[in-house]
Amino acid sequence: MQIALSVKQVTKAFDDFVAVNNVSFDVADGSFFSILGPSGCGKTTLLRMIAGLTEPASGTIEIRGKSMLGISPNKRPVNLIFQHLALFPMMNVGENIAFGLRRRGETKAIINKKVKTILERVDLAGFDSKKIDQLSGGQKQRVAIARCLVLEPAVLLLDEPLGALDLKLREQMKVELKKLQAKVGTTFVYITHDQSEALVMSDQVAVMNQGVFEQIDTPQNLYNHPETPFVAQFVGDNNAWSGRIRKCDDKTAEIETAEGTRFHTKVRVMLKPGAEVDLFLRPEAMLIQPDPSLTRLNRFEVIVKDLLFDGANSRLLAHPLHADMELLIALPQTRQYDYIQKNDKIEIGWDEKSGICFPRN
Amino acid sequence: MRHRQWALFFFLSPVVLWLFLLIVLPHIDLLIMSFRYEDFDGQVSWSFKNYLNFFKEPIYWLTFVRTAIYSILVTFLTFVIALPVAFYITKVVNPKYQGFLLVLLLLPFWVSELVRVYGWMILLRESGVINHFLLKLGILNQPIEMLYRDATMILGLVYTSMLFMVVPITSVLDSLDNSLIEAAYDLGANMWTILFKIIIPHATPGIVSGSIVVFMLTLGNYLTPNLMGGKNSLWFTEQIYNQFIASFNWNQGSAFGFLLLVLSSILVWLGLKLTRQDLKKVVQ
Repeated sequence: MQIALSVKQVTKAFDDFVAVNNVSFDVADGSFFSILGPSGCGKTTLLRMIAGLTEPASGTIEIRGKSMLGISPNKRPVNLIFQHLALFPMMNVGENIAFGLRRRGETKAIINKKVKTILERVDLAGFDSKKIDQLSGGQKQRVAIARCLVLEPAVLLLDEPLGALDLKLREQMKVELKKLQAKVGTTFVYITHDQSEALVMSDQVAVMNQGVFEQIDTPQNLYNHPETPFVAQFVGDNNAWSGRIRKCDDKTAEIETAEGTRFHTKVRVMLKPGAEVDLFLRPEAMLIQPDPSLTRLNRFEVIVKDLLFDGANSRLLAHPLHADMELLIALPQTRQYDYIQKNDKIEIGWDEKSGICFPRN
Repeated sequence: MRHRQWALFFFLSPVVLWLFLLIVLPHIDLLIMSFRYEDFDGQVSWSFKNYLNFFKEPIYWLTFVRTAIYSILVTFLTFVIALPVAFYITKVVNPKYQGFLLVLLLLPFWVSELVRVYGWMILLRESGVINHFLLKLGILNQPIEMLYRDATMILGLVYTSMLFMVVPITSVLDSLDNSLIEAAYDLGANMWTILFKIIIPHATPGIVSGSIVVFMLTLGNYLTPNLMGGKNSLWFTEQIYNQFIASFNWNQGSAFGFLLLVLSSILVWLGLKLTRQDLKKVVQ
């Protein structure tokens, strides 16, 4: 496996605010790598450093094994797709795409051929002479991608390019981007604050928070085995409990929550009895009225406060009998639970393997 | 409905009166005068002689051509200086200081043009400040006269026009998205390509409107060419002044005035055509 992009111990501070703090990662050639984080976590700064628009204070950035330090953006084999795309309104589609090729001094015949080929690739054949403001949001998106891909960069950087699109189009573009990446085989480094974009499209996702990487993993692992409380809460929805360890071996622990309920959950490391912990539980990990034959479940009773209908993503908003907290419980739309009403008392069960437990610091 | 029409009339009337009484009426009068010719015996009649005089006397049309060419040169020089200034104010400097810098730019215009020109004269004349220091430093053996040269006059005209070019360019550059510049840089463009392919095309409406204002002001300027250009640097406005005041030939002066009006209109129209700009868009 060849490494397309290698970032080593990169740090960047603005005055006394550390935007990127000692970040290292490698991206394999041809893969789709996402950096996921809330706004202001430093992901854009990181991307701009890879593109060369900002210089890192320390650390190195290598592209295909060559150090990029001191190399200006117009000489780097990477291209950036900006958040608002930055298509040149003074040029038409063809001129926009040819811009980079012209700067390389390629002949007219080659430029025309390449522009034509790339437009076909992004399904915009025949759009050469259209003006930028005649395009729809999705078409602009594809022109911006074509403008970069035509230069055959070693790494294509994307700065939340779907942010400005409406929901329906965004869902569609997500799948299209993924397909396009698989087709052209270029390495994509994609930054976003939208976890669904990162999970759907990526081979690897890095979760970034306050300038550091919390976890780099596959989307499945991020969701199922988060390594830090931040990842557990940021990736997907989670219900959080605080509690104390009563008993613990190296695989499972018995936890007493603040309101006195006892749960069994898996743990990743052995914790001392009495240690304070946070327990996270996904909405879909909680089963409504589980079958009594399932003996290994943690069971407790809740009162339904509200039904949040959202199609396949419907939830119950509930609170445990003696506690003052809110729980989100997945409500499968199989018509099996249609009888549940507001203020009903129902039993909830969850398997100890789906608990995610972190010691509180 | 009737009420609203009345209100519209009420609010428009000052503008209409101002335009009609102070601009349209005098111009009609001047136009009539320019076609009247007074014989030696005091007989006044309709004639093209005033306009024919212009073409017969080389001094007139040479001054005219000179004025036009120098005005174009001044406009171009002002643009070349104003573009980096506007770029610096909008894109480079910390936004906190933007307003301050614009005020600095505006500051010289709080004093009258006359005072500013005299300021230049104090600096540049034979016994002026610059000569004094050059002599003191031993760079010059004897003072040189820097005033009353074409270059000095152009310097003064460019200085006078700066603001009218910087302000419109600043406002168009303000609307230029920084990421367009960065995107061009990222796609392999160097500084010059970014300037000619991104910045200038984007700024064209501002550049054209600034150029029109600067060109008109320069063409119609009387004070600066007269004081800084001296006798060797004739400006066409001085010819008009001479006809009206020195020769007391109002008919000839009116004809010259109209020729200047036609000249500036034609040049502005040509400029708009060449840059493919729409007057409506530029005025906005």
